[in-house]
Amino acid sequence: MALLEITNLTVDFATAHGSLRAVDQVSLSLDAGDIVAIVGESGSGKSVAMLALMGLLPWTATITADQMSFDGNDLLTMAPKQRRAIIGKDISMIFQEPMTSLNPCFNVEYQISEVLARHFGGRRRSYKHRVIELLEKVGIPAPETRLKAYPHQLSGGMSQRVMIAMMIACEPKLLVADEPTTALDVTIQAQILELLVELQKTNGMALVLITHDMAVVAETADRVVVQYAGQQVENRPVSELFNNPRHPYTEALLSALPEHAQEKTLNAIPGVVPGQLDRPVGCLFNPRCEYAQDLCRQQPPQKNEGILCHFPLPIKPLPPKAISQGETQVIS
Amino acid sequence: MTQHALIQARDLHKYYPIKTGMFKPNQCLQALSGASFDLYAGQTLAVVGESGCGKSTLARLLTMIEQPTAGQLTLDGIDLGDAHQKEVAKKLRQTIQMVFQDPFGSLNPRQKVGDILQEPLLINTDLNANQRRERVLELMQRVGLRDEHIHRYPHMFSGGQRQRIAIARALILKPKIVVLDEPVSALDVSIQAQVINLLIELQQELGLAYVFISHDLSVVRYIADQVLVMYLGKPVEQGLSEAVFNNPQHPYTQALLSATPQANTGRKRKRIRLTGELPSPLSPPTGCSFHPRCQNAKAQCKITAPVMKQHGDISVACLLVE
Amino acid sequence: MTSLTTTSYSVRRQQWREFWFYFSASKSAVAGLVFLIGMVIMAIFADLISPHLPTEQYRKFAEIPPAWMEGGQMRFFLGTDYAGRDMLSRIIHGARLSLIAGCIVVFMSGSIGILLGLLAGFRGGWVETIIMRVMDTIMAVPGLLMALVLVAVLGPGLLNAMIAIAITYTPNFVRLTRASTLSEINKDYVTASKVAGAGPMRLMFISILPNCMAPLIVQGTLSFSTAILDTAALGFLGMGAQAPQPEWGTLIAENRDLMLSAPWTVTFAGIAILLAVLAINLMGDGLRDALDPKLKRS
Repeated sequence: MALLEITNLTVDFATAHGSLRAVDQVSLSLDAGDIVAIVGESGSGKSVAMLALMGLLPWTATITADQMSFDGNDLLTMAPKQRRAIIGKDISMIFQEPMTSLNPCFNVEYQISEVLARHFGGRRRSYKHRVIELLEKVGIPAPETRLKAYPHQLSGGMSQRVMIAMMIACEPKLLVADEPTTALDVTIQAQILELLVELQKTNGMALVLITHDMAVVAETADRVVVQYAGQQVENRPVSELFNNPRHPYTEALLSALPEHAQEKTLNAIPGVVPGQLDRPVGCLFNPRCEYAQDLCRQQPPQKNEGILCHFPLPIKPLPPKAISQGETQVIS
Repeated sequence: MTQHALIQARDLHKYYPIKTGMFKPNQCLQALSGASFDLYAGQTLAVVGESGCGKSTLARLLTMIEQPTAGQLTLDGIDLGDAHQKEVAKKLRQTIQMVFQDPFGSLNPRQKVGDILQEPLLINTDLNANQRRERVLELMQRVGLRDEHIHRYPHMFSGGQRQRIAIARALILKPKIVVLDEPVSALDVSIQAQVINLLIELQQELGLAYVFISHDLSVVRYIADQVLVMYLGKPVEQGLSEAVFNNPQHPYTQALLSATPQANTGRKRKRIRLTGELPSPLSPPTGCSFHPRCQNAKAQCKITAPVMKQHGDISVACLLVE
Repeated sequence: MTSLTTTSYSVRRQQWREFWFYFSASKSAVAGLVFLIGMVIMAIFADLISPHLPTEQYRKFAEIPPAWMEGGQMRFFLGTDYAGRDMLSRIIHGARLSLIAGCIVVFMSGSIGILLGLLAGFRGGWVETIIMRVMDTIMAVPGLLMALVLVAVLGPGLLNAMIAIAITYTPNFVRLTRASTLSEINKDYVTASKVAGAGPMRLMFISILPNCMAPLIVQGTLSFSTAILDTAALGFLGMGAQAPQPEWGTLIAENRDLMLSAPWTVTFAGIAILLAVLAINLMGDGLRDALDPKLKRS
């Protein structure tokens, strides 16, 4: 049985201009120990889907799904009290801006021990040693000296580590990381990603990594889900996706990266992601797709071999050179 | 044909005094310690580094928002140290302009786009209303926006469009140099590509010189002619982009390149693990600023601060590179 | 945006529509607005609406109870006061005075306060210190007490009362403006204007001030209601509007002795004050919700 099973999740927001469909029929299936990346640009609904799972969306959101279960528990029909027992303990989430995700009024020890006390009972102060253990685990040097530090005294990388410590305190089965390194310097980013993967291996936890950075995905994840304008367009193992993207959006996204530029100009994708008021008829990507045909402009596509496209790109045969030699693959 | 360099920077320093209390002496924040470079028309200099490396300070010095504590800065042949600051600044405003990082914060939320773009013309030129409007519309079209957009407010645009407006604003005074402070970092990949293409087109068409500040090495590699790598306010490596990226000499540059993820599966990088955090700029390490985190550090690195030495196409500040 | 052409007019309209969406989400705010509009209409057309002149004394009909009580008449719907003047007419005309008082107070304290706040936030250094310490001093004295002292110095009267109250409200505006200025001044768009060559005047009034307006508008609305209250208080103490001006506080003061024997002479004026202040506060809440982007729900 899969650890996390989401089928056809849809999230609508009530706004000043009418209803906004932020997430449209997204499905995700996760086993323990998996690392899945959800990739998309702004407006793709990648964060919203996971926030819906955690129950962190505002009252203006309407969540519908065929199935949304975690570890056998049905999250859709669960009472809020039961849900709170799971969120933070078995499912945890870390956010993008570490500097603002920690409560500025309380020191590090307070915040981490609060999580422990909330889920395991007992007095907050009795968890001091566990807190030091956790800080060590996330790679903070001399953790005893950091216990009384306040968030504004920590650097970005340090804050993110504290955040991670807080979130793995209860040894969750699933950790959702929402753009955990976007706000950090590149060397710190590398450290944090390594830390996440290491923790994931030692604790056997499943990791969902939400990001817009394809490069991070390539180096960290096992499987990738690509989202566009709230819809899930592709869901495949990482190496397959990078060598052989089958949805035109994925292909365009990969070729727009500067490292894949072959001429003087980058292969930009013309147009913009549709907003609330200008959703195209038919396939949402059709105005920007170089392969678009009449059918694409008229009818929304169904999942076609797992790809949300009327005409998924063909499967390419594997190139003869072995991948393990460290050769770079050029997407053409 | 020798054209003079549009920017000649020699040993620029910027220190900020920090008050640490009524009775203690002021501490000194060394934001920038010794940047030097030449930039010609049509070229792009990329300034690369992580937070606290001094790249934003450099941007502020170049655009004359602040004055250097020491060093010499010559823009388009005019030495900023010589003449009276205000007059010089007014003249040079039309030579150097800036595009900021945050497309959501760099446009006044309460001004219509048309007014935002007209503002530099109102302040610096004598054009009448019609001429101003013409120029604004001309630039709007050039960056790919429509005429009627001048009536809209910034929040009605997407991030990419706002950045285009910011670029239009930077170009409205017909500058020769544009400082771009992380112009595409906050944008999605597909929009990044559009904006970068626009910047390249404009550079070719108008012969602009760009100072491109970024932490994203893949973008820098694509767009830069020269690269200046900075760490904790000091330049550590400098040279032609090709040379620096293909054969980085300084350990920090090497670490930076190896830490940058690449969109290729199956690549087994030789990861240079950079341990520790960035030291505080208020109390930089003795000797070489990088030595606490450097894998190759030797005893002398703690004592002697290295200086930039030329090695072929690159200049490096490292005691171990000889 | 689906519109093919956007004119300046359609952009404005869209903004108003969006504003109304957030404002009208709070029913109480709309109720407050409706009441306030009603009050304004009443004040403007007071001469047409009120059944009698506010100062006309009907000696034979002094202290007549309201129409629904025993001994009351439809002619004097809310009864008459000690001098035989119709309460309803007096209250209607009093609305004029209260609204004018509110407007003038807010205008004076707002304009001076905003100016000082901008200067303080923008200049910093000595200028800021002096301005803020003076404001601190004003705030240290209880508002009404200070207004009393000022009126005692300037002499009683509605205009002097308004000036005194305006002085006590100025620190609020100064603080708000200074706080907003400090938070906006480091933003990129201000730096961009500097790079474009903007001088301090342009930076203060065109770049920064429009972005500080939201909390200032809310403060203005709340000051409006408090001004009405304070004007009434001063009137009640005899230091504000002088009799026979039908200012609500003065009305209550005049009929103070009749509080037990003819309670209608003081009750309705008090209710008028209550409703006016409540309506404006509710509207101010709604305004804040509509103007504060962080509270926006989508």
